[in-house]
Amino acid sequence: MAERPEDLNLPNAVITRIIKEALPDGVNVSKEARKAISQAASVFVLYATSCANNFAMKAKRKTLNAGDVMAAMEEMEFERFLQPLREALEAYKKSQKGKKEATEQRRKDKEKKTDPEENDKSREEDDEEEERMEDEQEGENEGEEEEVEN
Amino acid sequence: MSSEKVDASSTMNSKNVSLPMSRVKLIMKSSPDVSSINQEALFLTTKATELFVQYLAQCSFKRGSGREKKTLAYCDLANAAEETDTFQFLIDILPKKILARDYLRSLEEMGEVEDD
Repeated sequence: MAERPEDLNLPNAVITRIIKEALPDGVNVSKEARKAISQAASVFVLYATSCANNFAMKAKRKTLNAGDVMAAMEEMEFERFLQPLREALEAYKKSQKGKKEATEQRRKDKEKKTDPEENDKSREEDDEEEERMEDEQEGENEGEEEEVEN
Repeated sequence: MSSEKVDASSTMNSKNVSLPMSRVKLIMKSSPDVSSINQEALFLTTKATELFVQYLAQCSFKRGSGREKKTLAYCDLANAAEETDTFQFLIDILPKKILARDYLRSLEEMGEVEDD
């Protein structure tokens, strides 16, 4: 559970960067507009989550999956996002696979040197955990940097 | 009129996202009834939010009248929320602003009607 209200906001610096890249060069964005867009983005997340969750619940699932999110976008009338999202997801899956393969390779290399047998399956799970934690840590580090600016 | 198409590659790196997924996850989890979120769903939501920010900024900016615009202001956003179907859900958080004196005047007018 978030302790502070700021936790439900997205980092200002990143939001500002995205806005600036979307607009023509030389255009300024008022502080009020930036703040409003940031809040709108948080509301968007909530709305999308709630929508996606409805689809998951209909399918009697407790875990939100990619399909639920895509269905939510359509429901919210953001069909324009569907194609870019599909492409981004493919790229993401490939990069995740690449990471996993690299981890597998490292593990195999280690095994050649040390005793095999011991670690097989539990190692795989650990590696997956590590990947997820890595991703989250990367995200969190970014978040922490942004908070200092606030 | 130029196309308003948003594409994935225009946000930083199309393989990754700029917004921190951990923060997006926090927001998602604050939603009632949500138990767990798979990693792909989290990625998509984060990416979609970036696309949304781009789209909202672009739409609001374009709506400014034909005069030369060098600044995106709050009122542009409020107008976009009111006039664009897909932004209707934002209407409560992006209310249009009115001058204090106009508001006070309308309060007075309401008061007069009640007195009658």
